[in-house]
Amino acid sequence: MIVLEKRPQPSRTWSMATPLVAVLATMICGGLLFAVLGKNPVEAIGTIFWEPLFGEYAFYYRPQLLVKGAPLVLIAIGLSLGFRAGIWNIGAEGQYIMGAIVGAGVGLAFYPMEAFYIFPLMVLAGAFGGWVWAMIPAFLKVRFGTNEILVSLMLVYVAEQFLASMSLGLLKNPEGFGFPGSRNLQSYASAHNAELIEGSGMHWGVVAAFVAVIFAYVLLNRHMTGFHIRLTGEAPRAARFAGVKPARLILFCLGMSGALAGLAGLFEVSGPSGQISIDFNVGYGFTAIIVAFLGRLHPVGILLAGGLMALTYIGGEIAQGSLGLPAAAIQVFQGMLLFFLLALDLLTNYRIRAARKEVA
Amino acid sequence: MKFTSLLASAAMVLGLATGAMAEDKTKVGFVYVGPVGDGGWTYEHDKGRQAVEAEFGDKVETVFVESVPEGPDAERVMTQMALEGADLIFTTSFGYMDPTINVAKKFPKVKFEHATGYKQAENVSVYSARFYEGRAVQGTIAGRMTKSNIVGYIGSYPIPEVIRGINSAFIHARKVNPDVQFKIVWAYTWFDPAKEADAAKVLIEQGADVILQHTDSTAPQAAAQAAGNVITFGQASDMSEYAPMPRVSSIIDNWAPYYIARTKAVMDGTWTSVSTWDGIGAGMVGIGEISDAVPADVKAEALALKDALANGSYHAFTGPLKKQDGSDWLAEGETADDGTLAGMNFYVEGIEGDIPN
Repeated sequence: MIVLEKRPQPSRTWSMATPLVAVLATMICGGLLFAVLGKNPVEAIGTIFWEPLFGEYAFYYRPQLLVKGAPLVLIAIGLSLGFRAGIWNIGAEGQYIMGAIVGAGVGLAFYPMEAFYIFPLMVLAGAFGGWVWAMIPAFLKVRFGTNEILVSLMLVYVAEQFLASMSLGLLKNPEGFGFPGSRNLQSYASAHNAELIEGSGMHWGVVAAFVAVIFAYVLLNRHMTGFHIRLTGEAPRAARFAGVKPARLILFCLGMSGALAGLAGLFEVSGPSGQISIDFNVGYGFTAIIVAFLGRLHPVGILLAGGLMALTYIGGEIAQGSLGLPAAAIQVFQGMLLFFLLALDLLTNYRIRAARKEVA
Repeated sequence: MKFTSLLASAAMVLGLATGAMAEDKTKVGFVYVGPVGDGGWTYEHDKGRQAVEAEFGDKVETVFVESVPEGPDAERVMTQMALEGADLIFTTSFGYMDPTINVAKKFPKVKFEHATGYKQAENVSVYSARFYEGRAVQGTIAGRMTKSNIVGYIGSYPIPEVIRGINSAFIHARKVNPDVQFKIVWAYTWFDPAKEADAAKVLIEQGADVILQHTDSTAPQAAAQAAGNVITFGQASDMSEYAPMPRVSSIIDNWAPYYIARTKAVMDGTWTSVSTWDGIGAGMVGIGEISDAVPADVKAEALALKDALANGSYHAFTGPLKKQDGSDWLAEGETADDGTLAGMNFYVEGIEGDIPN
């Protein structure tokens, strides 16, 4: 008989090790999946994890890892603050959309004027757009005690409709022959979030992601607000005695995650994506939830997790193109990663032991 | 080193490398917006890809990536294909337009073909099909078949392509049935079985006994089948698994001849940038078999219209036609020019409701 025994303290070793074990287990089971599909599992796994980093065309893929990973990290850092305090913002996708719309809207309002202050204004507007969208569930929770999970999630669908409306109406490119979608910001120098060094993948969004990681690290370890966040998550009663004001914490955490998601949207729309279009959002806001947990809600962990997630996306596309793996198989592969992570999480709080036989 | 020059030199090395063994194979890439099993839009593009393989056998190698989101992800997938030596890349969704132009700039030697867009370049062609011709045939059958005089229409996005289809279907339904009304629901998706099924159910509840769809899944067909006594048309693909009822006919996208011709042009070195907009006549738009649920005289009428559209003796937008607001559009006998059709953003007279924006 095998029994689970609760550990007196969560195991630090396992808490660090589970992500690695989960990746390993994903590789093994993913390999089996690919084998069943008739592909060489070693080649498939190799393609996904090796090609983007060290393959023949790594000079192109490595910068792309930054482009793909930056919005994930930026959003996940914001989410992790709330998650640590038990405040569940599930609607980052909507905040990401609103940040992009408001930010791009500000930029397009200046078109075709060229000025140095346009892009900074767009950045502020992007953060503001995301912040406002997150303030709706925050305010409703503080004032009426609504569930922020539901409200923030539902607002994603509202934001999507709003995005469609903007692409077809107010922000539609007047020179676009009636087709949906805004002007392309890539061809509007003052509003373009271009690569800082060409070919490096580094754009302002990547810089912002790194800054956010450092900021979150300092906040959580050196700052009173960070202490309150951690305390509220780990010991809500103690937090109350310590004078934590839940309402302020909710407004701070949701506002912060909304602003960061909005920033991610702005950097994306003004850079890699270039335009507001009906299908502008591709799920970064939801994937970032996975990234936050994969990274153990720790800033450095999130940075690594964002990189890993970006790697499976890019490697997965390469595997599709060169090995003919179906897209669904790649998605299952990514799903396995989260599944194993959550499943193995058990080992952090419990230990497995063989039960001793009771002697009568 | 600058990125573009880096890419260019990589491409050149590749060009040399593939040039050495290139006599053998032409590599053709396809970027798909949906899964190849969607049973509609992407499914038909993939059939085109398979036709290219069947036609050229060992002389060609095809690769594809499915479910690629429109935007930077598409740009990366195209770059990846170009880096890995593709000679010709088909990008099969409107939203791939700017990414295609971006990547084409970096790889001047690779040929690109973008479906349903309007931005051309030295090495970027555009191609689309005159689906509105098929809609005219559909409209005729719909107008004759409806008993409630209510035709439901599931729109995807209010863009010129879709509005053109609604207008064409409506004009021809009205022509054979002056009492017919169109009810239009916007699904804001190309492919979402759940949403499409809901849209179909709503329309059926409102009395529609004909459902036309501009979305790609078979969910509306299933909803119509469940309701009974409602007819539908296959969209993008034949959807013949729902024949003879509810599916009475279909519009089929047939990309195979075009894909084969363009691949051939690359092999022969005769490829040039063109803008193609073909209809029933050229075989790019097919009308799926009209089932026995349709009376013989209606079927004959529909086929006659199809032939007239195919041989060019009739244009689907022939005056007299007015716009929805009552202003004149086309005079007696006048036909619409391609520019107006390409950017169509108004309903014709008689359609109720507004185009959302």
